[in-house]
Amino acid sequence: MSLVPTSIRDRGSYLLFLIPGGLLLLAVILVPFGMNIGISFTEWSGAGEPEWIGLDNYVRLMSDGTFWASFRHNVGLVVAMAILPTLAGLVIAAALFDFIGKQFGSRHAAILRACIYLPQVLPIAVAGIVWSWILAPQDGALNEVLRAVGLDSLAQNWLGDPDLALWTVMGVMLWIQVGYPVVIFMAGMQRVDPSLHEAAELDGASWWGRFWHVTVPQIRPEIFVVLLTCTIAALKVFAPIYVLTRGGPGGSTNVPSYYSFQNFFEKTQVGYGAAIATVLTVLILVLTSVFLRVQNRGER
Amino acid sequence: MRRHAVLWSMIVLAVVMLVPFFIVVLNAVKTPEEYSTGGPLSLPSGVSLDGVIAFWERVDFGEKLLNSVVISGSVAVLAVVVSVFNAYALGIGRVRGRLWILVLFLIANTLPQEALVYPLYFLANEVGLYDTKTAVIIIFTVIQAAFGTYLLTSTLGGFPRELLEAARIDGANKWQTLVRIVVPISRPTLGVLFVFFFIWTWNEFFLPLVLLISNENQTVPVALGVLQGQRMMDATMTSASALLGVIPAIVFFLIFQRALTRGITAGAVK
Repeated sequence: MSLVPTSIRDRGSYLLFLIPGGLLLLAVILVPFGMNIGISFTEWSGAGEPEWIGLDNYVRLMSDGTFWASFRHNVGLVVAMAILPTLAGLVIAAALFDFIGKQFGSRHAAILRACIYLPQVLPIAVAGIVWSWILAPQDGALNEVLRAVGLDSLAQNWLGDPDLALWTVMGVMLWIQVGYPVVIFMAGMQRVDPSLHEAAELDGASWWGRFWHVTVPQIRPEIFVVLLTCTIAALKVFAPIYVLTRGGPGGSTNVPSYYSFQNFFEKTQVGYGAAIATVLTVLILVLTSVFLRVQNRGER
Repeated sequence: MRRHAVLWSMIVLAVVMLVPFFIVVLNAVKTPEEYSTGGPLSLPSGVSLDGVIAFWERVDFGEKLLNSVVISGSVAVLAVVVSVFNAYALGIGRVRGRLWILVLFLIANTLPQEALVYPLYFLANEVGLYDTKTAVIIIFTVIQAAFGTYLLTSTLGGFPRELLEAARIDGANKWQTLVRIVVPISRPTLGVLFVFFFIWTWNEFFLPLVLLISNENQTVPVALGVLQGQRMMDATMTSASALLGVIPAIVFFLIFQRALTRGITAGAVK
């Protein structure tokens, strides 16, 4: 029997299928990422020879107030893009799936879900345009509404006031993001065995009790996925900042992603920009592996 | 009583989510005069497409749409092909070290584009692909295929072994097995991947912004974002631009819902 030799030859020829994808991965992701790390140890304007300066860029980062501020703003965005949407998404998904779907029919639930999900399909740049115009200080729709109902004092320069701009951006991001957990959680709830709910109901559990003790533990995997992907998305956020505020006013909405972009293409401090991007990458990779580890432990 | 309270609060929420879309449509069909006298909340006296047409001509929107379709369409096709090849080797071929290769693809998928942008910009310049659609197509093919490989490998890992065995006994080689057995049976999943890749690429902003510098190569989101950044549009033109950005997204949304439903049911039948 020549079983073993064929199976080895088999594996060899399967490897051929991996060649195009592997080469592309190398050329577009792995080599550029390595180059970025290399550049972060240099001082370079993008033209001429990069000058090796070791860890100087990273030392400079430690005492750069703008850099730390940009991470603080990022924490706000994690709240607005991951934590609040997950909490709101759980309640909305349960209300739609458990309540509206059962009492009024799943069609109604599907239509409401579609309305809530719609902002998710907008290109983020377009969503930014819509909102920067609604939030315009002079003739923006939001201030017009407030004036129309006599609340003139609440009309604000939403994106132009340094104390307010980050909160406004957070509000916009919440609007964009909330549909995603709703859709994922509703899909997860379809997986849950209805007999669990029936048993809890027989035991006299209230709606909230069933939500908290049956639904939430059952869709834990979905909650993990949503928290992880939304947190990463919040750390990478660029387009809304570019379109809404350009990091301003006075740097009050700057984020690491936009700060590295500024260093690359506006200040031509390429080495420094690369250092910021590298720190951001390490943060995201560490966070991802911690998340996956916690999730694995939870499953055991 | 309480059931209606829940229903109404959900309806109110849905309406709040949609209000920005209503305001955009409302103002995109106004004339600039109507806007300056009545503000953003007044009802227009009729439907005027002047703002939309003016904006369309000013940015040559047809060209931007075509760019976006070409880039997103090519990326979706190529990324599905690359994902299938990778997943065939990893999920069905089970090549040595597949776990580590998979981790590599997963890392590629989570890397922030900020950590790739400058080297990509530099390399694109070196090989003469800077400011070309080709560069953007190649880059996003790899980025999307990294996710596709991850997803498809687990799907193909559960591919019925009897079918592969039967094909082998019939004398099919690896290539024939892939094209005649694996791809046709996985079609629903591949369809969903195609739709995802298309929409994700359409919505991309950061790398296209950096790599597509000239007007005639820009995609829809980049062209709109750049114009918005220059703050040179009046209110009706801004809402017209927002409307033109929203419409393709809503079209995709409807297609996407159908594809997703079909993909899920097709998977269930199997």
